[in-house]
Amino acid sequence: MTTVTSQPVRLVGRSWKTPIACGLFTVLATVLFIGQGRPGETTFQLSRDADLVQLPPLVAPVGATTLGLTVVLLLLTAHAVWLAVTRRRPQIWSSLAFAVAFLVAFLTWAAAGQTLPVLGLLVGTVGISVPLVFGALGGVISERVGVINVAIEGQLLGGAFVSAVVASLTGNLYAGLLGAVVAGVFVSLVLAVFSIRYWVDQVIVGVVLIVFVTGLTSFLSSTVLTKDAAALNSPPRFPAIDVPVLSQIPIIGPTFFRQTVIVYAAYVAVVVVYMCLFHTKWGLRVRAAGEHPQAADTVGIKVNAMRLWAVSIAGAVVGIGGAYFTLGAVGSFQQNMTAGMGYIALAAVIFGRWHPIRATLAALLFGFATNLQYVLGAIGSPVPSEFMLMLPYLVTIVAVAGLAGQVRKPAASGLPYARR
Amino acid sequence: MKLELRGITKRFGALVANDHIDLTVEPGEIHCLLGENGAGKSTLMNVLYGLYEADEGEIVLDGVPQHLAGPGDAMNAGIGMVHQHFMLIPVFTVAENVMLGHEETGFGGRLDLASARRRVRELSDRFGFDLDPDALVEDLPVGVQQRVEIVKALARDARVLVFDEPTAVLTPQETDELMAIMRDLRANGTAIVFITHKLREVREVADRITVVRLGKVVGEASPTASNAELAALMVGRAVELTVRKAAPRLTDDALVVEGLTVLDPRGQVTVDDVSFRVRGGEVLAIAGVQGNGQTELVEALLGLQHRVTGRVVLDGSSLRGLDVRRILDAGVGFVPEDRTQDGLVGEFSIAENLMLDRSVGAPFVRAGTVRRDHLRAFAVEKSREFDVRSQGIDTPVGRLSGGNQQKVVLARELSRDLRLFVAAQPTRGIDVGSIEFVHQRIVATRDGGIPVIVVSTELDEVTALADRVAVMYRGRIVGIVPADTPREVLGLMMAGEVPPALRAASSPSDPEGAIA
Repeated sequence: MTTVTSQPVRLVGRSWKTPIACGLFTVLATVLFIGQGRPGETTFQLSRDADLVQLPPLVAPVGATTLGLTVVLLLLTAHAVWLAVTRRRPQIWSSLAFAVAFLVAFLTWAAAGQTLPVLGLLVGTVGISVPLVFGALGGVISERVGVINVAIEGQLLGGAFVSAVVASLTGNLYAGLLGAVVAGVFVSLVLAVFSIRYWVDQVIVGVVLIVFVTGLTSFLSSTVLTKDAAALNSPPRFPAIDVPVLSQIPIIGPTFFRQTVIVYAAYVAVVVVYMCLFHTKWGLRVRAAGEHPQAADTVGIKVNAMRLWAVSIAGAVVGIGGAYFTLGAVGSFQQNMTAGMGYIALAAVIFGRWHPIRATLAALLFGFATNLQYVLGAIGSPVPSEFMLMLPYLVTIVAVAGLAGQVRKPAASGLPYARR
Repeated sequence: MKLELRGITKRFGALVANDHIDLTVEPGEIHCLLGENGAGKSTLMNVLYGLYEADEGEIVLDGVPQHLAGPGDAMNAGIGMVHQHFMLIPVFTVAENVMLGHEETGFGGRLDLASARRRVRELSDRFGFDLDPDALVEDLPVGVQQRVEIVKALARDARVLVFDEPTAVLTPQETDELMAIMRDLRANGTAIVFITHKLREVREVADRITVVRLGKVVGEASPTASNAELAALMVGRAVELTVRKAAPRLTDDALVVEGLTVLDPRGQVTVDDVSFRVRGGEVLAIAGVQGNGQTELVEALLGLQHRVTGRVVLDGSSLRGLDVRRILDAGVGFVPEDRTQDGLVGEFSIAENLMLDRSVGAPFVRAGTVRRDHLRAFAVEKSREFDVRSQGIDTPVGRLSGGNQQKVVLARELSRDLRLFVAAQPTRGIDVGSIEFVHQRIVATRDGGIPVIVVSTELDEVTALADRVAVMYRGRIVGIVPADTPREVLGLMMAGEVPPALRAASSPSDPEGAIA
């Protein structure tokens, strides 16, 4: 095909997606908060006893708060409808405001008569998000260079297993971390060799790798690790380290700056991956290989070598995320402990539009949904717990489906390259 | 820099794509490589650019034999290439595309975009290109994208520049500008290899002409040679360059299209309020640069587009909103622009492809089973009638040459009782002999009293076949003019300018102007 010149002429169709979504949530809000209104007050706890700066808890009367916020939702919906009627694009700030208003209203309603530990909610969110962030970063690197990395789940699990064993044997946390990197790279190399060298469908290799790693780690865990759990599966855990000054900021401090080394590594990784992808020679070449490998080849870039390296680096990044499960959180390896986080990370890659920072924000959103379910389950909310279990996945589906047709993945992602 | 190719031979299995080709290009010379599609020109250039490794022969630059293992080596040796399908990354800026592969970096490995921008501005100023280094390539018109390709090569100090079919995607005006650029480069001492199959362009800029046919150099020609001489050399026999056709015998309006508008899935207008009529026995050619809505217009006629408004009436009954099956049953024959994608199933045999759009009911299917004998007889007969050259009707269509594939498509479409015939890019990528044949069949269809729409980006084809020409630009029909309209006027219309004569003659109530 020859190159197509047609330029976008003008936007004619109205987009009803945003107003419809807003409308549905407003109806839901009306039914829940007003139809099923709950009496009492909700207390939002904003700081812990150990904090230097003590914020007083916020007390909100449930009825008035939810009613007020429902009106806000109604107004924002009207705004979205008006934008659609006048054929303008939906605005990010109003969607954001809508989401926040709905969330606050929902929390107020769900925790009526109780105390909601806001800090616990946020701190937990960051914790749960860390493997998602590493997974999403790995996914972004890999897809940017043109290899679909479905195997994130496998890389996480491999990283978790190897880091637990290595750290237990050596007693050294950093040796464990290195082990996780090696495991991630190993899974990546299998993916890379099959998809780059042998042109096997990348999605299929990815799925097979997940099954393979799940089976292998479960087998080794039940046969080898259980025999001598003390020597093989009781690694030390990374201690939480307070960052001086920053950790004393109310809310933000405890949330972000009283965490373990792996969490801080995640912050660094986000910035480094962003800088490397968009502001270095390496990143330019990576993106070229993923967008138009033939063009990259004709300016002397070795596309397949580039892909091999980038996919390996992606595996290393995801591997570190795997180590968080064992060395950062639980303290031992358990079968299938990643529990589908790799798939959610994959969704974060798409929701984040293949951009490291947006993918991180997406990972945080999914992490928040997961942790919200735990917290509300703990304080006892009126929503059935089975429904709450669905929440993270529901958020994922809505988020990814909402973007369908609007985002453009790297053009050559998933396509093997060879000269004609 | 002087380029010499000595005895280059490249084989793909049993096929010899290049057979001991010798070629010398002096600095400050435009050397034309003329040949048909499939003659081996592109293979030769890919060898030169290090994309293929030659089986025999050597590449010599200024007397020094080169070993080019990849495009990187070729570029370092001073060879640049402007590819037929641009090797640009659409989501990158001009500067990023130009710097890719030889990036300069600043502190801490940061990309030095500023120096890349400077380089683009400097080269663009020197040749009057007017390039914005920060524009995204996908937002640029094709002609400008081509300049980015040229700057990309020049930025790496290319002393030998290869243009591979550079005019295929350009308007006539852009083509003229490209010729001027090539002359400028020649004046700067660059050795230029210009690959094309368009005789007009060859005679305009070439200093020397080498003609290749079936992988071999068959001769040199001087730029003063006539079109007929060059064509005969290229094809190996005398060729009829003009299409013979009698004056049209017109019947009443057969196809009436009014206010046709097509939206793409993203809600962008691709065809914008298009109106025209085609009478029985005439050819309406739709001209325009690729991507100005021709594809979508034709697809809308065939029911292949989903968001269509306006009127499409064939012989008094509306076609709009019908599904493809019913439109075909209404007697519409269709040659799609990409035959391998949309016209044929490559793995299927010639016979199977011939019944592809009649897989339900008579004449090929009875009681749910294919009537094999009937199909075979039909396929044998049509292969003969349409001169399909193959090893037999069971040959998979994918193994045929482009010309023979197109003949299979034509045979299928023209074997039904047609009320309308639509051919999109009917001769794209096929050999001269097949082009002659396809043109004859199209004219014969017209002479049979059937309204014919031919979409083509090749102006020569448009003027050869058309009784009237509709020029499309950005989804609109700029105007409908007679076939003898001068090329320059058609060229301007392809760039969106309405010629003054047409502006005066047309009135809003009669969107077709005063031409019959």
